[in-house]
Amino acid sequence: MSVEAIVQNLKGKFSSSVLEVLEFRGETTVIVKKEEIVAVCQYLKTSEGFNFLSDLCGVDYLGKKDDRFMVVYNIYNITTHERLRLKVAVSEKDATVDSVSSVWGTANWHERECWDLMGISFNNHPDLRRILMPADWVGHPLRKDYPVQGPGRALYQGGLS
Amino acid sequence: MASTETMTVNMGPQHPSTHGVLQLILELDGETVVKATPHIGFLHRGVEKLSENRTYHQVLPLTDRLDYLAPMHNNLGYVLAVEKLFGITDMIPERAKTVRVMMAEITRLKSHLVWLACHALDIGAMTVFIYCFREREMIMDMYEKLSGARMTSNYFRVGGLSADLPDGFEKDVRHFIDVMPGHIDTYEGLLTGNIIWQKRIQGVGVIDAEAAIDIGLSGPSLRGSGVDWDLRRDNPYSGYENYDFKVCVEQGCDTWARYRVRLDEMRESVKIIRQALDRLQAGPFLADCPKICLPPKKDVVNTIEGLIHQFKIISEGPKPEVGEIYQSVENPKGEVGFYLVSDGSSNPYRMKVRPASFVNLQALPQMVQGRLIADVVAIIGTLDIVLGEIDR
Repeated sequence: MSVEAIVQNLKGKFSSSVLEVLEFRGETTVIVKKEEIVAVCQYLKTSEGFNFLSDLCGVDYLGKKDDRFMVVYNIYNITTHERLRLKVAVSEKDATVDSVSSVWGTANWHERECWDLMGISFNNHPDLRRILMPADWVGHPLRKDYPVQGPGRALYQGGLS
Repeated sequence: MASTETMTVNMGPQHPSTHGVLQLILELDGETVVKATPHIGFLHRGVEKLSENRTYHQVLPLTDRLDYLAPMHNNLGYVLAVEKLFGITDMIPERAKTVRVMMAEITRLKSHLVWLACHALDIGAMTVFIYCFREREMIMDMYEKLSGARMTSNYFRVGGLSADLPDGFEKDVRHFIDVMPGHIDTYEGLLTGNIIWQKRIQGVGVIDAEAAIDIGLSGPSLRGSGVDWDLRRDNPYSGYENYDFKVCVEQGCDTWARYRVRLDEMRESVKIIRQALDRLQAGPFLADCPKICLPPKKDVVNTIEGLIHQFKIISEGPKPEVGEIYQSVENPKGEVGFYLVSDGSSNPYRMKVRPASFVNLQALPQMVQGRLIADVVAIIGTLDIVLGEIDR
């Protein structure tokens, strides 16, 4: 089954949750409602065979979008070798998403990393601790308002600032 | 009846068999592991954050330092991702693609040699270590000829290669692939029939296919669990679809199976290198899109156009369309992916690396549970982790 057919099925099944479908360079991105992410993922895994979560990460759109963050799921079907990308918008006020670690076990560490570096927390996560930064670190380094030279420095403007 | 209690022991971050700065908190009942908790991040350099403040060309040297045992694979993944983002994938000349495949497979051998050397050394077979590093030295010398650096090669470029192959390089490669199969037989001769080696790895670190896919294992670690999946064959890139090679799969699910898979892969790599050498044709090594690709140095110093393009690319950087792409390659350790988000400026808005070792390490706690401490060492070895990639 092609990716278009899968997206059509997904639209049929979750008509109110699929907000947008984007195509770029032959890759399909589906933006879904935050509340439905676990149900959508579970459906894609069990019914469409997306059994492999390649990657999960957060993107900070500070000042560019109404909802500051996007959580991005790059999923893969090992049998048919198809890829699909899911995205959910997450606001700064309520920077939480439901964890998909119950769907794919590998999401555990990816979500810990996303919490650690981007400051998006995951509901029902089995073990939400920092993973790359020290446990007592303050702040989330991959946020756009976090200076690249470290905390307490001016934002990098290019050159030797 | 005497009561027993468990003991918590630190393994690493300064432990020779943790392959870098990995810390494992082991909860032990006698010599049996009750629970293992990996602590990582000691080598975190913020590669993803740094890349947001650099142009697409300037990010490339950072990718060498992810999996520093297979730098060319990271370079390859990154340049393929950027080429896809700029939409110039179809413009890459044939020679560049062939050299990329050839160097990627030489790098796979380089990485697998370190894996075998360290895996065997950890378990106590020191001779193999010396032999593997002797062969690795040949690859290091090739790297040096090619790029000037022995580890952080930075040889590929967006659009092709940084320079053509140096004189006599093809002869070196041919000599290398002529002798390499014999060397692989030597390693096998030292290990495969060795009863100590067999006892130390057979039935150790068992993970079945379903659990392996769930936890996200990829590469040889997954193929050792009987999952027939290789990105080179299934989502081919850089012309891999034109090469004849076998995807090595074993059903054993244990450390022994993964050992067999990697050894077979080394033989397959030699085959691919030979095919690449045979089809290597003279021709351009850089795509003809001067607004995106860094021009070769000789054009910069000899032509006004070259100088202008170099100036524009260095001072400002090429700007892709707004969009996002994910491109992955079959690294020696597994699937390494680059997720790039462009906002139309000359820097990546977000670059996320999908590190194979990071995800593979996640399987460690469930693989060591209930095993002896000595098996922990074997299981770290079989997962073939590299901390530069885990911590980024």
